[in-house]
Amino acid sequence: MPMELLVTLVLALPIAGFGLTALVGRRLGTRAWIVAVPAIVVTWAIAMVVVWTALSGGFGTDGLHFTLYQWVPAGDFTIEANFAVDNLTAVLLIVVTTVGMLVHVYSIGYMAHDPGRWRFFAYLNLFMFSMLLLVLAGNFMLLFAAWELVGLCSYLLIGFWYPRPSAAIAAKKAFLANRVGDVGFALGIFAVWTTVGTLNFTDAFERLSEGLAGGQIEAWAITGIALLLFCGAVGKSAQFPLHVWLPDAMEGPTPVSALIHAATMVNAGVYFVARANPLFSLSPEAMFVVAAIGIFTAILAASIALTQNDIKRVLAYSTLSQLGYMFASLGVGAYVAAIFHMTAQGFTKGLLFLGSGSVIHGVHEEQDMNRMGGLWRRMPITHATMLVGSLSMAGIPPLAAFFSKDEILGEAFKNGFLWVWLVGIVVAALTAFYMFRLMGKTFYGPSHVDPAVEPHVRESPRSMTVPLILLAIPAALLGLVLGLPFGAGLIGQWLEPIFEEAQLNLGLHHEPVQILGVDGVLILVSVAVATAGLAVAIRLFGFHWPLRGDDTEAQPERVAALTARAPRLYRASFRKWWFDELNDLLFVRLGGRVAHFIWWFDRAIVDGTVNGIGDVVQGAGRDLRRIQTGRVQNYALGIAIALIVMAGGFLIVTAR
Amino acid sequence: MSQSLDSYLALSALLFAVGTFGFLARRNAIAMLMSIELMLNAVNLAIVAFGAFVPSLRGDASVIALVVMAVAAAEATVGLAIVIAIYRNRRTPLVDEYTQMRE
Repeated sequence: MPMELLVTLVLALPIAGFGLTALVGRRLGTRAWIVAVPAIVVTWAIAMVVVWTALSGGFGTDGLHFTLYQWVPAGDFTIEANFAVDNLTAVLLIVVTTVGMLVHVYSIGYMAHDPGRWRFFAYLNLFMFSMLLLVLAGNFMLLFAAWELVGLCSYLLIGFWYPRPSAAIAAKKAFLANRVGDVGFALGIFAVWTTVGTLNFTDAFERLSEGLAGGQIEAWAITGIALLLFCGAVGKSAQFPLHVWLPDAMEGPTPVSALIHAATMVNAGVYFVARANPLFSLSPEAMFVVAAIGIFTAILAASIALTQNDIKRVLAYSTLSQLGYMFASLGVGAYVAAIFHMTAQGFTKGLLFLGSGSVIHGVHEEQDMNRMGGLWRRMPITHATMLVGSLSMAGIPPLAAFFSKDEILGEAFKNGFLWVWLVGIVVAALTAFYMFRLMGKTFYGPSHVDPAVEPHVRESPRSMTVPLILLAIPAALLGLVLGLPFGAGLIGQWLEPIFEEAQLNLGLHHEPVQILGVDGVLILVSVAVATAGLAVAIRLFGFHWPLRGDDTEAQPERVAALTARAPRLYRASFRKWWFDELNDLLFVRLGGRVAHFIWWFDRAIVDGTVNGIGDVVQGAGRDLRRIQTGRVQNYALGIAIALIVMAGGFLIVTAR
Repeated sequence: MSQSLDSYLALSALLFAVGTFGFLARRNAIAMLMSIELMLNAVNLAIVAFGAFVPSLRGDASVIALVVMAVAAAEATVGLAIVIAIYRNRRTPLVDEYTQMRE
């Protein structure tokens, strides 16, 4: 029982923190974090115990399964609140609780001057509860509830500064885009229930694959279920065509962007597809769709990130692009690499977002990179940690994201998805370029900071820099710890048993890595393109060489010249390939027309019929009322006339 | 006494027509009640005439005539009572002024 108790506590503490902060937070004033942050720190400690037990094999290969209580008892249809902790969950727990805890600590400083801070901490705690529930859930229903809860928290936190219209609109946009995906997700869950009659992950996947093998379930049904469920993942992980909400979600406070929209919630889709690997691997078509959407989102988002000027938006598009990588990886059957990249990206992007928050804080809520520059002197810790994050993101060895990205590209190549590898290589170059464009515009070159603000720019308080340093450690070392030796690192040992069945379904077998053969070449190629992208960015946007102590100057005139040479491409990237305009045209204008017509139809035809019947009856009543005079003589006259007519008629008829 | 059924029926029809006209045309409640009596008696006359001229109807006709008289008496009693009661309240015998229950 103790482990079950600990897992329950991991869920109970954040929700208790949410309840307390929501109830009494307003009275706590500037100390609104006093409940919320310690609750998460303790949660983190407990989660680490659970993770340690899981990864050291304490739960066996199947993991720990237990039922807390019966959630929905409805005759034949019962759903239990059951939880599962296996190695996949454990890896997720590491990312969620660690980044979550550091973001909580960081928020103490970042939100210190916001009057709504108690609300902020309450929401953050609620989010932690929802996200932990999501990764711990052992059945579809519980997962769906958590899925919607994180969506709610995301909505509440994007719209945290709700008096600002842009924030309110962004929150609505995120909620709606997620809703589109969730419709598919819910339909997928219904389909699972009607096909196999259970919603427990283990049972459902087992029965689905047995059903397919035994011929009771058609192959297209499996593909259909997988694609419907994938819709939910597309919405939550902001893949094309539902990617439009994530960049706008940057309207929320920066810690929220780091926690929810970079490190945890957006990974839910990746986690889910990985969790459902026995299902997806049964359908090559579904896998193809996952890979195609993933790699397309990766290149699309990377191409947009090249020209954005809002520091948080660049990072948001980078997140989209990395999520695309993960889906591509899942699609080619490289599950371990996907989860590895998710972990590396979670820490790295969390670090980068918190760093950008520190920058934004430092230059007094300015987010436009054209009004930054030269900040490395003023904010040394922020600069150093962000440099680590950017190098990692760019895929420079031996930092975390290098290992994971390389594993994705290598697996894609070796599993025969050459097109995924090719696009992936281009994206790797673009990633290195836009990360160092961001660094150059923000930290190097001459200062473009508002002269009124310039003298006040200084490093952020300790509660913000310490989490940055703590996040820089995994962003730098995670790959070395988990990814070495290539193809047989710790992460592989932890996760391979989970994806064994999927690998079997896909007919993939694990080959030893040939560092002097194909793998070595692949690594060299990806490092080479990353370095090339990085070098170009440094040439164009400047850099400060830490060891040599001199600067590479930015060359804005060359940037302008390059931009002028491809104005169409530049505009396409700058306007985000007109996706917002397309959606506006399709759904707001065209959809509005359709809605307007339907409204007219409802008003004129449907209401018209109903009201018409009413009017006729009413009019008839009004006119017929005149006959009812209440004078007995009028009635008698009527009787007499009728009598005469009848008698006359009778006479005429009988006379014939 | 005429020996023809038709003359009795003609008289009966005439009386009925007078009663109908009176009922439809008069506005005085008492006069309308009288007109009803007239119509009832016209019918009664027709019935007894049939009884006198059609042997098979003789017994039945007398009985029906007596029943009609009883009904007419009862009707007149109730009708007059109502009219008097209304008259005490409204101070008028004219039916078109009894409008209290309209609308």
